[in-house]
Amino acid sequence: MAGEAGMFTVHQTVGTVLCCKCGILMAPNAANMCVKCLRSEIDITEGLQKHVIIIHCPECDCYLQPPRTWLKAQVESKELLTFCVKRLKNLNKVRLIHAEFIWTEPHSKRIKVKLRVQKEVLNGAVLEQAFLVEYVVQDQMCESCSKVQANPDQWVAAVQLRQHVSHRRTFFYLEQLILKHDAAVRAIRIRQMDRGIDFFFSNRSHAVKFVEFVQKVVPIKSRSDKQLVSQDSKSNSYNYKYTFSVEICPICREDLICLPPKLAASLGNLGPIVICTKISNVIALLDPLTLRHCFLDADQYWRTSFTSLLSSKQLVEYVVLDVDPISSEVNVGGSKYVLADVQVARVSDFGKNDTMFFVRTHLGHLLNAGDYALGYDMHAANSNDMELDTYKGLVIPEVILIKKSYEEKRQKKRGKPRSWKLKSLNMEVDASETRGRADEEKRNADYEQFIRDLEENPELRFNISLYRNKEYQPSEMASVTDGEEDAPSVPLEELLADLEIQGEAEEDEGMKE
Amino acid sequence: MATRLRFENSCEIGVFTKLTNGYCLVADEGSESFYSIFESELADVIPVVKTSIGGTRIIGRLCIGEYFMSFCNQYYDMPIRLLKTDFRYCFVGNKKGLLLPHTTTDQELQHLKNSLPDEVVVQRIDEKLSALGNCMACNDHVALTHTDLDKETEDMIADVLGVEVFRQTIAGNVLVGSYCAFSNRGGLVHPHTSIEDLDELSTLLQVPLVAGTVNRGSEVIAGGLIVNDWTAFCGSDTTATELSVIENVFKLRETQPTDIANEMRKSLIDTHA
Repeated sequence: MAGEAGMFTVHQTVGTVLCCKCGILMAPNAANMCVKCLRSEIDITEGLQKHVIIIHCPECDCYLQPPRTWLKAQVESKELLTFCVKRLKNLNKVRLIHAEFIWTEPHSKRIKVKLRVQKEVLNGAVLEQAFLVEYVVQDQMCESCSKVQANPDQWVAAVQLRQHVSHRRTFFYLEQLILKHDAAVRAIRIRQMDRGIDFFFSNRSHAVKFVEFVQKVVPIKSRSDKQLVSQDSKSNSYNYKYTFSVEICPICREDLICLPPKLAASLGNLGPIVICTKISNVIALLDPLTLRHCFLDADQYWRTSFTSLLSSKQLVEYVVLDVDPISSEVNVGGSKYVLADVQVARVSDFGKNDTMFFVRTHLGHLLNAGDYALGYDMHAANSNDMELDTYKGLVIPEVILIKKSYEEKRQKKRGKPRSWKLKSLNMEVDASETRGRADEEKRNADYEQFIRDLEENPELRFNISLYRNKEYQPSEMASVTDGEEDAPSVPLEELLADLEIQGEAEEDEGMKE
Repeated sequence: MATRLRFENSCEIGVFTKLTNGYCLVADEGSESFYSIFESELADVIPVVKTSIGGTRIIGRLCIGEYFMSFCNQYYDMPIRLLKTDFRYCFVGNKKGLLLPHTTTDQELQHLKNSLPDEVVVQRIDEKLSALGNCMACNDHVALTHTDLDKETEDMIADVLGVEVFRQTIAGNVLVGSYCAFSNRGGLVHPHTSIEDLDELSTLLQVPLVAGTVNRGSEVIAGGLIVNDWTAFCGSDTTATELSVIENVFKLRETQPTDIANEMRKSLIDTHA
């Protein structure tokens, strides 16, 4: 600056001083010590790791980035160098200048990286030092590779999921939940069984985790057993096969239940005729005549373990002739109901006789005169339920309506593909256990019913992922609808939201492959 | 010969003592062993005076700006001690006189006047840069001072100490008192001093100078080294290399206090003969 201003400046020659330790002549620095003495005094690589163990998957050439990310990297690549340097602890205390690989024989399972680091020492003198880090490569298969490699016949733990009901809808729903939460990714084999599914795992802990997941979504009862396969008493090691028997409660949504007197009393004289409105890890029960409701958790249920009086197979279609609401809209356990007196007639009777029923229902908000509804025909039902007999003088309503029926409207759409689809688990079906075409048809009917349930109940859809069906072409016929209320379907927004998820899911699959 | 010692675990002995050809001042609160080292080395030649630093405690604090500007970076682990006994930095003097900052109490002034030989002029000066030891360095003939020192102070220095005064910097530092130490026979300056500066300074001082360090690479020369014409004391961290540099440049090997007397006698005899 002085030079620029035209001032006279004395030329400054840097002098020399003696190194304070060894006495050699050197240019003065901040520590006033020569570099060799400074090195001998201070080791800036102290506290840095020189030996590191890294885990490598030999199948897909990935390296484990703890806790569980696997990084794909070629030998001597930039990515691998970044990975190696990142694995070093305390490297933030020094400044990294340079890093390079030193060639090692691939079979030695060693990676050597030479690092140059700088650090400020003693009154601001910056010291640079090179050092060698040796990485020991330990081979361990990554999760996806070990899943591919796993032999499905060599399972260690099996989870037998069962529900003793006549349909499979619970399992369809459960399948979607499992897919959404990736609960069965570790299963090495999934097998469809009569009234249930078997899951096989290569590790007991995976099975336990899966059972815990199921416990969170449905009320279950489980027990576990183990069988000794082999044993080595000298090294005190035992080899077991574990089996978890998991029974899902046989109560399903829309079932009609007659509560056992004790339970009804403990629930404040609920019912005793109630319907099940929802199943999650708790069972939601609703008295359709009073709109009283309660929740039973798995423990409470298995203490009494009642069964259903009538189930959705026995639903009968009715025509609603007249609706007379007797209460305002009531919010019961998250969903809205209106108590109403309705006049209904069986569809089968319609036009044949004048049998009509005046009943009370909780569906006042849905039903209008002329609608169709599904309900249980208690008038004609011949029940042999033990619980029902214990109640003396119980007046059972002649009809208990369960839901509105969209059967008529569905007639038009029959056979057309839906705009959305569901994924499915890769399940084996044992040929010997399926009894021909009848079984197949029954299964398809159950699936159709499940899909309709999904369309009708946004609540059910809430927990599962729907994907857009790419093959679906909106037909021109569908757009020309007659102003009437259409059969329920899944709104487009829900699918659009899923569109991205699907993209990701596909990428994930690509990665896995 | 140079002696290595420490004051209460501090190697900055220059902070706590002042040595000239005519007297030696030592901080009062120090341990007896520290005092006795000076006593044994110097007592039969020059007076060693323990000085109360009740007043200098305050001065230490007043000097904090000046003091810490140069020292904080290197010695921030011991500011408390420095505050307590910031001793040397209050004084500047040679065998002819002693200058004290305006914060010195009357009692201390009297004590010093009583203790020092009669030919030493003790004077209190009114200078806003009260850390005189940091701002000035002198031998019996020449003084280097801070560039911002008052004109009156400069005059007083010339009168009392009988020296020529030069306003200078050492390696770009204005605190000349901290970064150099010189006697009538040689001098040690800040290690970063350029060769041109060294030439200029040694021309001014008329003594050989060398750039060097004390206390294992410390550049605060006067903090770790006190020196007069025949002896030197330095902090115990000083390495053998540094010690040999010091002994060479101050020509301590061949000198003894009696040498000077002999020399003087010789010259007297010469003139009389």
